[in-house]
Amino acid sequence: MQAVLSSDFSFAQFRYLQRLLLVHGRWSYIRMCKFLQYFFYKNFSYTLVHFWYGFFCGFSAQTVYDDWFITMYNMVYTATSVLALGLFDQDVNDRWSFRYPQLYSPGQLNTFFSKKTFVRCVMVSTYTSLVLFFIPWAAMQDSVRGDGKDVADYQSFALSTQTSLMIVVSAQMFLDTFYWTAINQFFLWGSIAAYLAITFTFFSNGLFFVFTSSFPFIGTARNSLKQPNVWLTMFLTCLLCVLPTVAFRFLHMQLRPTITDKVRYKAREEGQPAPAPYRPPPRRVSTRRSSYAFSHSQGYGDLVTSRKFLRLKRRPSLFGRNQSPLVENQPQHYRTITEEAEESQT
Amino acid sequence: MVKEEQEESSNRPDNTAFTQQRLPAWQPILSASIVIPMFLLIGAAFIGVGVALFITSRDIQLQELDYTGDDSEHPCFKCRTNTEKCTCSMTFSIPTLFKGPVFFYYGLTNYFQNQRKYGASKDDNQLYGDLNYFTSPSTDCDPYTRDSKNMPIVPCGALANSMFNDTFTLSHTVNGVQKIVPLDGKGIAWWTDYNIKYRNPSITPLINAFNGTKKPTNWPKPIYELDTTDVYNNGFINQDFLVWMRRAALPDFRKLYRRITHDDYAAGLPAGNYTLTIAYNYPVHSFNGKKKVVLSNVSWMGGKNDFLGIAYIVVGSMCVVMSVVMLIVYARFKFAEDV
Repeated sequence: MQAVLSSDFSFAQFRYLQRLLLVHGRWSYIRMCKFLQYFFYKNFSYTLVHFWYGFFCGFSAQTVYDDWFITMYNMVYTATSVLALGLFDQDVNDRWSFRYPQLYSPGQLNTFFSKKTFVRCVMVSTYTSLVLFFIPWAAMQDSVRGDGKDVADYQSFALSTQTSLMIVVSAQMFLDTFYWTAINQFFLWGSIAAYLAITFTFFSNGLFFVFTSSFPFIGTARNSLKQPNVWLTMFLTCLLCVLPTVAFRFLHMQLRPTITDKVRYKAREEGQPAPAPYRPPPRRVSTRRSSYAFSHSQGYGDLVTSRKFLRLKRRPSLFGRNQSPLVENQPQHYRTITEEAEESQT
Repeated sequence: MVKEEQEESSNRPDNTAFTQQRLPAWQPILSASIVIPMFLLIGAAFIGVGVALFITSRDIQLQELDYTGDDSEHPCFKCRTNTEKCTCSMTFSIPTLFKGPVFFYYGLTNYFQNQRKYGASKDDNQLYGDLNYFTSPSTDCDPYTRDSKNMPIVPCGALANSMFNDTFTLSHTVNGVQKIVPLDGKGIAWWTDYNIKYRNPSITPLINAFNGTKKPTNWPKPIYELDTTDVYNNGFINQDFLVWMRRAALPDFRKLYRRITHDDYAAGLPAGNYTLTIAYNYPVHSFNGKKKVVLSNVSWMGGKNDFLGIAYIVVGSMCVVMSVVMLIVYARFKFAEDV
């Protein structure tokens, strides 16, 4: 009881360990790593744009985005979808996790989040922030609307950059999520819808009339989003950020598929793994054991070690070290707890 | 015995799809049948759009005239150090018909309208015509909130105080006679700025609303005298004022001054010699800024900007090349069926 109270996980039978490690432990590691990597990515991309803008605004710490966007970005627009990623994501389902325990090895080898992957994440974010800033910068140079009026003003620039950022981080979430439950779908599309709804509300006349100095961006959406060159700039920015990731992941999957890629591919082809064949439990011969727990008397130690009974039957070893299916990357045919439970019910 | 079993079952965790993480889900994989056609399609579309943008941008005509007067030979050189009213004129020629409607912009370089404190230095309530803020302007405008005699400034702030005040006239030399080209200053600012964001106080005559306030320090005339001929262009809704207050994103920018759409010049500026007369009031020499006049026509994609067209063509061709590379890799290295 005391051990249970002071432990992180407690379970009653050793066989539960299989599920704990191979399914839940593995999923937990993957979710944690994906969550962290995505979180760093979205925040670095968002923040480094200000660094580049510094060179063009006299290093006055002028924010590139609307103040309300800065407030809402981490609290509303990107909070829920990354939470759903961290709670529900699975790369393969539990049955496939049992079939291929090799999937557990990335956790032991620390492959999904380490100093190396963090540096890679920062480099990808830097590239994203460069594209997010410099494409609009170059496209907006001396540009005007189709009727000659201003579109290279600060507010239009902020709107187009923040919209591009939202689309890019949402697309990255789209690529990162492997297991799309209804909740993930709702949170991702909901975040984008919330961004659009809140932005259009904050740029509208109504709020401006009530809180004049808090909503200075009035009219920006109406005036800049009707211009084809603004949309074309945003489109170019988003695709230039997302397509390299897609290409890299696809090529990686073809040239150096990881065990996860292979199992996911197999899972897609076959649906559920075939249930393990029923092996009758090996018959055990009961041996009589003497009890020698009375420590206050000499006990039966001499009797036990006299080799007159409790003789070991020589049994052939089930499989040698080199013959392990684990080594050969073969699927494992252990019956899982759930399968045994189903067996016992039928 | 029965009791024990019931207790056991009450301790079991829920066996629902949500708690056992068996929710129905879509599990997509980046497969070749989606990725490769997608890259090809995007590449082709981008190249098409890029070509259209590039051709459109090439067809836009642009003429820039720098009139800072840094060069001692320049007609406006004398105005640089002159603190009083100074006018200078420049001549230039247009080789072919400059197709209309022609837009007349003034441009500034090395001018950081996007500096943070500068851009925040205004009072939106004042500009909306709220009289309470006339007598006590917001402290965002510091140090341009009150003048040396502690009178409130309307409109307060650095952004308004630094309003561009050079004026231009353009004349066309026809048979030795200077013919003034009419410049139209109506509707050069955003509709939402003119009609919603900036409002004059509803007191008529307008001058009465500004009792007890002072004009910004660097202005020659107060705000209610910006255009005494047209009541719809006076006060806060003056078009030039609105254009200036819409601060630029980058340090080299262009702002619309007038349009050339009237009478003989509706079809454009015919080829010939022109004279630009400038009332040179705005000092830019102290921060190495430059001033220029830009004449441009526009298209569906706005002003002349080759970047977007070239960028689209480059990215489109890279996408096509990538799709070919991915196709080759997929065909050769398609990973084995068995794991």
